[in-house]
Amino acid sequence: MTAVLEAQDTAARPVSVVRGYRFEMVKLVSQWRIRLLVLACWLAPALFVAAVSQQSDLPTDTLFGRWMNITGWAGPLVMLGFAGVYALPLLTSVVAGDVFAAEDRLGTWRHLLVAVRSHRRIFAAKALASLTVITVLVAGMAVSSAVGGVVAVGSQPLVALDGQLLAPADAAGLVLLAWICVLAPTLALAGIGLLGSVALGRSPMGLLLPAVVALAMGLAQMLPLPVAVRLALPSYAFIAWQGLFTTPAQLGPLLIGIAVSLVWAVAATVLAYLLFMRRDFTNLTHDGSGRRALTVAAAPLVGLLAVTIGLLAVATPATGSGIGQDKVQQSVATAFAHLYRLQTQQLHRPDVTEAQLATTVACTKGDGLVEPDGPGNDWRCVVSWHLPGVTATGQAIYQLDIASDGQYVADGDGPKEVNGYFQVRTPTGDQPNPLWQFDSHLDLLSKG
Amino acid sequence: MDTTLAVRARGIGKCFGDVVALDGVDLDVAPGQIHGLVGPNGAGKTTLLGLLLSLAVADEGSLEILGAPVGRALTAPDGVAGFVDGPGLYPSLTARKNLAALATLRGRDARTAGIDDVLGEVGLTDVADDRVRGFSLGMRQRLGLAAALLTKPRLLVLDEPSNGLDPAGKRHVHGVLNRLAADGTTVIVSSHRMDDVEALCSEVTILATGRVVFTGPLSKLSAENRELDYRIRTSDPEAARRLTVDTPGAVVVESSDAELLVVRAEIPALDDLVARLVRAGVAVRELAPVVSPLEAAFLALTDQETGR
Repeated sequence: MTAVLEAQDTAARPVSVVRGYRFEMVKLVSQWRIRLLVLACWLAPALFVAAVSQQSDLPTDTLFGRWMNITGWAGPLVMLGFAGVYALPLLTSVVAGDVFAAEDRLGTWRHLLVAVRSHRRIFAAKALASLTVITVLVAGMAVSSAVGGVVAVGSQPLVALDGQLLAPADAAGLVLLAWICVLAPTLALAGIGLLGSVALGRSPMGLLLPAVVALAMGLAQMLPLPVAVRLALPSYAFIAWQGLFTTPAQLGPLLIGIAVSLVWAVAATVLAYLLFMRRDFTNLTHDGSGRRALTVAAAPLVGLLAVTIGLLAVATPATGSGIGQDKVQQSVATAFAHLYRLQTQQLHRPDVTEAQLATTVACTKGDGLVEPDGPGNDWRCVVSWHLPGVTATGQAIYQLDIASDGQYVADGDGPKEVNGYFQVRTPTGDQPNPLWQFDSHLDLLSKG
Repeated sequence: MDTTLAVRARGIGKCFGDVVALDGVDLDVAPGQIHGLVGPNGAGKTTLLGLLLSLAVADEGSLEILGAPVGRALTAPDGVAGFVDGPGLYPSLTARKNLAALATLRGRDARTAGIDDVLGEVGLTDVADDRVRGFSLGMRQRLGLAAALLTKPRLLVLDEPSNGLDPAGKRHVHGVLNRLAADGTTVIVSSHRMDDVEALCSEVTILATGRVVFTGPLSKLSAENRELDYRIRTSDPEAARRLTVDTPGAVVVESSDAELLVVRAEIPALDDLVARLVRAGVAVRELAPVVSPLEAAFLALTDQETGR
């Protein structure tokens, strides 16, 4: 038979980003591993925090871990520390690292292109859908761990990293803010995930790229790098949130960390977009991966890192490791004074103010044989304070283990009645001694 | 109204690096026709289908689809549907959800998009709510066809649509495609199975090493390749062999089987041989070409081209 056809002048219109986004969400949510992740992120942290909070043996090697059975607001912060190192890189790998490669694996690219008719809109829809899922997962971890902590322990005041006692409402606000802050480095990893997914196609390396990059950056943060290099890595924002829990808040490193992370997120996403737009989908044997694609993807990010290091070296006051004697002494003195007041309350002694205590600290490193700066576990500090109406000066000793990222643990070395034992005897029974061990965080950018 | 070809390609060329996938391809496909595209592996079939679906653009030449020139990738006019390199389906979704997601993607309400109708049309109603993960290749092919039908296409481009189909499934799909063509939809199918093409297509284009070596009606293709091998089973094989030797233009190719004779002849010589057998009182129990005329023509044309 012969049919008659009407000539058409215009091409079919591409599908809108909103409809493409819905399509991508349907595909993502239908995957059992995404469902499992959502379920795990919304349930597991609550169970973990609730269970650990009930233990007598707390994870004291983790920031805020020692306060988990005191307040429910410590749990989400312990979870945040864990998430920055392990969970968030793996989550971004599974979601963003697979969002493009999945089409290669399923052989659905041509189908998708014919249906949507726009490379640009496919990219936007996929990026937005993976961003949505990642945000839901992060929100789940934050909410779940907070609920688990508060239900198991209660909404009690939280001891901040400078020893100050935060009211529950303030603690809740800061916990929320800290989780929001780590969205920035999570987005950077998601951008790297998109880039790996586009550049490496079906290769498993594409899926693992965010986790591998996060691991490499995590290792770099453990090295004694100059401050400018440390802050130029987007992973520093996974650490810099700790600065929210001091007074005044260490906003400089935090804002720089967030800004660097967001620049990385944008740069990696733009590179992924450019690679995606250049891909030839008619060549069945080629999934877009290859050494050239990897070079094109990696070289600009290495360049970005170099430029950021240069800018930070010029624009910020800190040099070297950012860890100096004055800074350490000031930090220990502040934390000790606040925690001393806490101990005073426990023991039902008359309250004293920080000003009355007039705490001073003298720190040395390596028994005074080395320059007192830089990270290390050989810091030793002698704390001195005064009590109203007492002529004698109180003294206590701490051994400090300062990590290269500015976090440190102060371990009380006596006298026993002050900081030499993990419990104090109070009129109501033995209680954890706040002066025995405490965690704090140094502002690497301050002049100190 | 203007009578226009559904597909009009002139001098189409496409290279992937140093590899020439298509070289000066001309193609005319009339509306409402089922057009077969055949060729050996690497002949350029999938590349040509990709151009028809507007997944890529030709390096040279001009292409008009449904009357509209296609100059850039993904700019084919509305009404073009199909698949290359297998149907694109998402295994974690059910058959119905695959189609619903596609309908929603195109801005249609999944409840009124006719999903049940197209599932019924391709015979997948019973498994509509099963995940595609468990589907056989044939079921996937049928679902791919359903996805294409959902768009109510005016040009349907299908790459090996009969792959993995059992005989009943194949007949079902052929019925669907014939109905579509009868309603005015142009269908272009690629296949490496000549029986499919013969059963389905009115016209065929044969590609070899990126060039068109034949395009036109199937009858013309059969006529162009005159001499064929025929399998003849008779009541008296020995007499049949003697009569074949005596028939001008007929040659015994093989007679190793006691009851079967393979004879190479053109149609007039074959007619003469049959008449001689009947006159001699030899009953003809089976007479069939060893390979179909289309397949023979295909082999002859593609061998000739690839042997250059």
